[in-house]
Amino acid sequence: MSELPTSSGDLLRLDGITVRLSGREVLHDVSFAIRPGEFTGLIGPNGAGKTTILRVILGLLAPSAGTVTVAGQASGSHRRGGLLGLGRPIGRGDGRGGSVVGYVPQKLLIEPDMPLRVRDVVALGIDGNKLGVPFPSRARRELVAETLRAVGADSFADKRVGELSGGEQQRVMIAHALISRPRLLLLDEPLANLDIRSAQGIVAVLAKLAREQQIAVLISAHDMNPLAPVMDRIVYVAAGRAAVGGADEVLRTDVLSQLYGQHVDVLHVHGRVVIVAGDDGEDAGSPHAGDDLAGQADPVYGSGVA
Amino acid sequence: MHWLIEPGLLASSPVRVAVLVGTVVAITSAVVGVFTVTRGQSFAGHSLADVATTGGSGAFLVGLNQFWGFLAFGVAAAVMLEVIGVQRRRGRDVATGVVLGAALGLAALFLYLGSQHSSTTGASFTVLFGSIFVIQPSTVPALIASGVIALIVIVALSRVLLLTSLSPDVAAARGVPVRAVGVAYLVALAISVSLSSVAIGAVLSTALLIGPAATALRVAKGPVRAMVTAAAIGVAVTWLGILLAYDSYYWPPHGHAWPVSFFIVALVVVAYLLTYLHRPARRRRSPSLGTPRAEVEVGA
Repeated sequence: MSELPTSSGDLLRLDGITVRLSGREVLHDVSFAIRPGEFTGLIGPNGAGKTTILRVILGLLAPSAGTVTVAGQASGSHRRGGLLGLGRPIGRGDGRGGSVVGYVPQKLLIEPDMPLRVRDVVALGIDGNKLGVPFPSRARRELVAETLRAVGADSFADKRVGELSGGEQQRVMIAHALISRPRLLLLDEPLANLDIRSAQGIVAVLAKLAREQQIAVLISAHDMNPLAPVMDRIVYVAAGRAAVGGADEVLRTDVLSQLYGQHVDVLHVHGRVVIVAGDDGEDAGSPHAGDDLAGQADPVYGSGVA
Repeated sequence: MHWLIEPGLLASSPVRVAVLVGTVVAITSAVVGVFTVTRGQSFAGHSLADVATTGGSGAFLVGLNQFWGFLAFGVAAAVMLEVIGVQRRRGRDVATGVVLGAALGLAALFLYLGSQHSSTTGASFTVLFGSIFVIQPSTVPALIASGVIALIVIVALSRVLLLTSLSPDVAAARGVPVRAVGVAYLVALAISVSLSSVAIGAVLSTALLIGPAATALRVAKGPVRAMVTAAAIGVAVTWLGILLAYDSYYWPPHGHAWPVSFFIVALVVVAYLLTYLHRPARRRRSPSLGTPRAEVEVGA
């Protein structure tokens, strides 16, 4: 249902991904591709399948049909070697020899007594998946400090991660993912529950990384408006289906109505995009009508309430 | 406990054994305990101790050394804990609670039957409250080896355990076999609990597991410091506990030493409470960092 750019330079490519979980189809024929340095928003209401798409890309979930290709290799093979694998030598400017994919999970649930300072969390990004204890070195410390500066987290490097605010934790987890120099950064709802200033700060950091280090960013969000100024492309997910393209191509009443299987209006209000469920009259016979918006108490999607 | 009567006892063999084994137990428990607290599995630690009680009392019934009973049942229980709902925390707690009741009931039966057969009236006390002064020298190498094995497992897995605590999804995405690591950790926990059951008793073993670790986590920020501090606190309370138990022989009621377990557990609690005096305002968020939380939040 979505056209694929036919570029051999794709960093990430999903072809016809379908996922069934306990008999229910949560993703249907999702296809899109991402090139280096592209900033892509994975947008859609809660429960639409955004996290499922990220889990498939990470190799945590096997699709029922379709293929995922990361940097030319099948999904899962991009994971770094298991527990016994030797740690990659640390060095700066060593190109992009490390992991391909960096992952920033949804909000952490961390107690304040977790014995991890911010710098410990970031160092775990180097070799936290390896057995044994790391050998402290100057190169290691400098790499951690440099990465913390890149995300603006150097001022609280010695605080415990459990004592930070949500926005600070997101910066730390971005640094954690970034330190292994990934080419693709996946972020799962990093802006959820953040105040506006923190959200803007995170978006600015990510846009800078995409621009300056040519890191492809795929960021999921139920609210697209904080991302609007920096998104190159949108993958809009609703009811397990995806529409892909630039904002002009995707955020249209006809495109999203077809996706939702129900009439929705795409409104532009003071430069913000608001998606509102319309009358149920149209497309009521569609097999997806009803399912899509069921359980959504709020009929307004993608709104930026400020 | 007749050897305690004699003066100059720090040179005596039982006390030397107590100090040696106590040190190994304290270090193992404290280091494992840091991860037990971090992973929020204090209840699992206590559960393993309860099940170990069944093993210890069963070993007493059939005339084996209690440590092997503690160890066999503890490790079996650790594997079972993992098999029982890892998916739902609540299901796990309920299942664990049911198993614990059964285990302690069995322990009561074994201790009753055992005391009928044998004239050793102190067995119940030994299983429940420890026997650091009556450790058979022949089991000392096994105790030390077990402690060293548990320590090696935990130190080898330390980074992976921390990463998994931070985010299981991130760990899994980076190729960490999260479940296998969880089982290995629980087995190390079971070994540690068995050791402290020997030293201060199955019922009190959780104190040596959780106390020094929880205390260290309040004062040491990073993971390595937390482990080292916990071990130091564990060793300190164990040594001091042994010393006080030795001295208490001259306390009222005259001629009977107080249980060493009491002193160790009491000192653990004192150490923990001291941290509250030390840094009362430690948990405050710095107002200079982050943005005010009262702002309107974006999204639902």
